[in-house]
Amino acid sequence: MNIIKKLACALVLTVGAVSAAVAAGGSSIPWDKAPVKTTDLASLQNGAKYFVNYCLNCHSAAFMRFNRLRDIGLTDQQIKDNLLFPTDKVGETMKASIDPKQAKEWFGANPPDLTLIARSRSSHSGPGADYLYTLLRSYYRDETKATGWNNLAFPNIGMPHILWELQGERRPLFETQKSHGHDVQVFKGWEQVSPGLMTANQYDQAVGDLVNYLHWMAEPAQNSRVRIGVWVLLFLSLFTFAAWRLNAAFWKDVK
Amino acid sequence: MAEFKEVSPNASAGEKLTNWFENRFPSAFSAYRIHMSEYYAPKNFNFWYIFGSLALLVLVIQIVTGIFLVMHYKPDAALAFASVEYIMRDVPWGWLIRYMHSTGASAFFVVVYLHMFRGLLYGSYRKPRELVWIFGCAIFLVLMAEAFMGYLLPWGQMSYWGAQVIVNLFSAIPFIGPDLALLIRGDYVVGDATLNRFFSFHVIAVPLVLLGLVVAHLLALHDVGSNNPDGIEIKGPTAPKDAAGHPLDGIPFHPYYTVHDIFGVGVFLMVFSAIVFFAPEFGGYFLEYNNFIPADPLTTPLHIAPVWYFTPFYSMLRAITSEMMYALILCVIAGALLGVLKGKLAGLFKAAIVGGAVVVSALMLAIDAKFWGVVVMGGAVIILFFLPWLDHSPVKSMRYRPTWHKYLYAVFVIVFLILGYLGVQPPSPLGERVSQVGTLFYFGFFLLMPWWSRLGEPKPVPQRVVFAPH
Repeated sequence: MNIIKKLACALVLTVGAVSAAVAAGGSSIPWDKAPVKTTDLASLQNGAKYFVNYCLNCHSAAFMRFNRLRDIGLTDQQIKDNLLFPTDKVGETMKASIDPKQAKEWFGANPPDLTLIARSRSSHSGPGADYLYTLLRSYYRDETKATGWNNLAFPNIGMPHILWELQGERRPLFETQKSHGHDVQVFKGWEQVSPGLMTANQYDQAVGDLVNYLHWMAEPAQNSRVRIGVWVLLFLSLFTFAAWRLNAAFWKDVK
Repeated sequence: MAEFKEVSPNASAGEKLTNWFENRFPSAFSAYRIHMSEYYAPKNFNFWYIFGSLALLVLVIQIVTGIFLVMHYKPDAALAFASVEYIMRDVPWGWLIRYMHSTGASAFFVVVYLHMFRGLLYGSYRKPRELVWIFGCAIFLVLMAEAFMGYLLPWGQMSYWGAQVIVNLFSAIPFIGPDLALLIRGDYVVGDATLNRFFSFHVIAVPLVLLGLVVAHLLALHDVGSNNPDGIEIKGPTAPKDAAGHPLDGIPFHPYYTVHDIFGVGVFLMVFSAIVFFAPEFGGYFLEYNNFIPADPLTTPLHIAPVWYFTPFYSMLRAITSEMMYALILCVIAGALLGVLKGKLAGLFKAAIVGGAVVVSALMLAIDAKFWGVVVMGGAVIILFFLPWLDHSPVKSMRYRPTWHKYLYAVFVIVFLILGYLGVQPPSPLGERVSQVGTLFYFGFFLLMPWWSRLGEPKPVPQRVVFAPH
């Protein structure tokens, strides 16, 4: 092995060690990849169901109209029958059932509006969908907290584990590792304490659908945006080709 | 009055119609000839010469999309954020209009930076094009104001706190600062009053100034004629001309450069559309993620960074710490000594230079570094206006400058990019040092230009432009 390869290996190992240390030292865990696919209508519809049943009790989606769900294949009648209170109309935006003042009293903070949550939680470390997917799968019991729940991805989170019935209770496992002469707690994985209504795989899929829906809801135009974009680029490549030949035709006489 | 032209009664309907209009509106026809069909441009334009036309295209995109956005946008602190989401969701094609406008803002700076770099590369600012350059710099300055005020309008967290930080900078100006900041905001914090006046400036006042400057930029350019990659005057008294007096190295703008530019527009629109349709946030650089959270005066974001096109200048602002002031004072003293020892000036002038340096140094110690940071940030833009008088090189174009000039310009570009990168990042001790060195290099590049641009042996400049037929 020549010296350059050795140096490259050393560099890779150092970078790996440093990033592992950073990941372990911070309060948050690395984000898992969310199974986002906004063309999967069944997944989006399933996610919309979870969203309306679980999230919409405390959170609003104030910029999202119920009848926009037509874009993911639901009819107005289906929306009315399954997702709306009898008094609501399909053209209305998604409001929270909870009174904001009470919410503030109960959870210490107003539950944020979720319309754009998948976009606003994006960062240079990854898409917001990955964050939400990790967050909803990182709850654990913590009796020192007022709600009885804590979260590895969002330490001291105000929101209790709404989906706990589905997931059951879990406990994070840590391993003590030596790093630069210090003992560091490194997250190793989860241990199921009590079973939920769903298996771990089913739960991941349900959360995946919910996050897929949140991702779609943050920008409902995204599917048509991409579809139209393909045609626009096809047209522009023809246009540019024609312009290129036209340009050549004019310039061939310039000496 | 211009002479009335007659056409033969047998002429076609089209000819008769054209004649009818030309007799009643001759200035439109002469403007077309002066600026299009008989405007002779050098035939050796290269890739770099597309960005002027593209800047004009982006200006039109911004104005047209802006008109449609204003139809649905509400300049009200309570409604602004929701009205933007209304455009994104409920207005037919609203998302497209909004993404075109937000991508257009970044595209504007991309093409303007490249257009300015072209000017730098080929000495397009030099005699007789000083005013063309100055109008251009004014356009850049006004464009920054336009972008800054427009960025407040979506009323997200970054809009709000970005405006708060930048307006607060004005309060660092001694004596008038706090009142000036109050005047800009119209309130003690950024609020509804600020949003309303920024909206007014963004949609009418600043665009009017911008359009006026663009017209002046183009008129002045067409009066003195375009420069070219060789930096040779194609219309000068000694330049070769044909029998009709047209420059041999020039060709009519229309059709040759219009068809050329249409091709360039096609390529540009492909890149532009790819961003609009497939990556409108552009990784959080064109639309910042934090800006999808409504403005909240009670929650300061952890990291406030301006949009990428301001970050080189923002870096220079952050580089001016109270520690950095000593380095700057040293520079002022060194500059004064150089002027006294090397300058061929009368004794009275030398005394004035020494006195001035002492006063400036004292002020630099007395006034907070934050103010000098603002001065440096503003100075970094203002110094561009003086470029025509800073460059003393015997040749215009980079092509015929000593080779090491190319490397110096390359370093300048790299420093500018590094400053931009650091402006996006949260402050760090290492970043601070690097941006301080970068700031000194940026100003050194311009302020020492009268000296270094004269050094080295220029290469021989040809009589005619270098042109390879297509």
